[in-house]
Amino acid sequence: MANPLYRKHIISIPDFTREELELVVETAGRLKAAPRHDLLAGKVVASCFFEPSTRTRLSFETSIQRLGGTVIGFADGANTSAKKGETLADTIRIISSYTDAVVMRHPQEGAARLASEFSAVPVINGGDGANQHPSQTLLDLFTIKESQGRLENLALAFVGDLKYGRTVHSLTQALSLFNCHFYFVAPEVLAMPDYICEELDERGISYTLAESLEEVIPHVDILYMTRIQRERFDEAEFKQIQGQYILKAEMLNHARPNMKVMHPLPRVDEIEVAVDDTPHAYYFEQARNGVFARQALLALVLNETV
Amino acid sequence: MQYTRNVEALKEGTVIDHIPAGQGLKILRLFQLVETGERVTVGLNLQSRHMGSKDVVKVENIALTEEQANELALFAPKATVNVISNFEVVKKHKLELPEEIEGVFACPNSNCISHKEPVKSFFYVRTVKNDTKMKCKYCEKVFTKDIVVEVR
Repeated sequence: MANPLYRKHIISIPDFTREELELVVETAGRLKAAPRHDLLAGKVVASCFFEPSTRTRLSFETSIQRLGGTVIGFADGANTSAKKGETLADTIRIISSYTDAVVMRHPQEGAARLASEFSAVPVINGGDGANQHPSQTLLDLFTIKESQGRLENLALAFVGDLKYGRTVHSLTQALSLFNCHFYFVAPEVLAMPDYICEELDERGISYTLAESLEEVIPHVDILYMTRIQRERFDEAEFKQIQGQYILKAEMLNHARPNMKVMHPLPRVDEIEVAVDDTPHAYYFEQARNGVFARQALLALVLNETV
Repeated sequence: MQYTRNVEALKEGTVIDHIPAGQGLKILRLFQLVETGERVTVGLNLQSRHMGSKDVVKVENIALTEEQANELALFAPKATVNVISNFEVVKKHKLELPEEIEGVFACPNSNCISHKEPVKSFFYVRTVKNDTKMKCKYCEKVFTKDIVVEVR
């Protein structure tokens, strides 16, 4: 029987069942332990980045090539027919007729869902505006499983910009299927949006709103840091807010031994460089895991069995 | 007491009554009733025993579908929709919120891809504790229904 993600579009985390999330995580682990070079042999995958991205694009393209596939595409939308006024619907119709799958990033929300309605082949969302970035969530889940040995019943703190950070929204939605407890550590102006909290309430998932980063650290297995964007505040306000959400090495003295610090990167100064040398730092391994999680996705979408 | 009709009786068609005052023209626009070419009679700010004032829309020769009536429930939940044949009411629609609604309201998110592409807007409708929320299929943003029905 074909795996449940075979020939499926990968658009949004709420589309996934718990079993499908576990399948990707488990497959990523297998591909990390024992690389495969044949799973995309003979396949051509389009990498369509209508807005620039470094990590996501390069890790997708690495994944495709490491699995034996070839890549066509573009790294920003400036030189495409979209610039001439072509609709995304038409662009995707054409590109999907050339390829076996389309990986895409687009500055507008809903672009990947729309593309999936016009594509003849699976569409994999590499980020649609402020909406979804499912491959980031999958690599986060894989990293959590790898570092903690499980996804169930963990305590996680999300720190920083929880209002605009699509990464933390999707990861919260995914982990709500695994009965985890959440601490949301953010200034009031950057608090987790109501709709996410309401979803948690409906699912009976417990969460704690906290203001002090230091007080939360001893209680969690995962400390997920995010960047507070300077441009959202005036300079004085930014300094005042950001100062409260900087992780320093000495704050980790009372952390659980298994506790890992994650960050979707790029970091600016919310994690001091000294943290890099502690056993809790896991964000660089997390970034590396992006390749394995994306390999798992591509392999499952393009092969009946992996 | 003398009773005078506000609007002339209808032989065939649909009467949408008990529309909150001010919403009548919006209903004309959303259901594109003027574009049908049929005779449309609109009453604005009419006296209503229950509502104070109300709007009424009558359209000849067109029977509003169940689906359209349910769409109406989003912004005029207390409206009554009567389908008329030969001066008799042959069907009274009971308005129920639809689970999905396609192509009536534009997505309030200006960065939503649905605005510029060859697709109809599409919302999933859900009511939690008397609060009706609409989630755009494309951008996945969730709005309270009042925000969605105000736009456009």
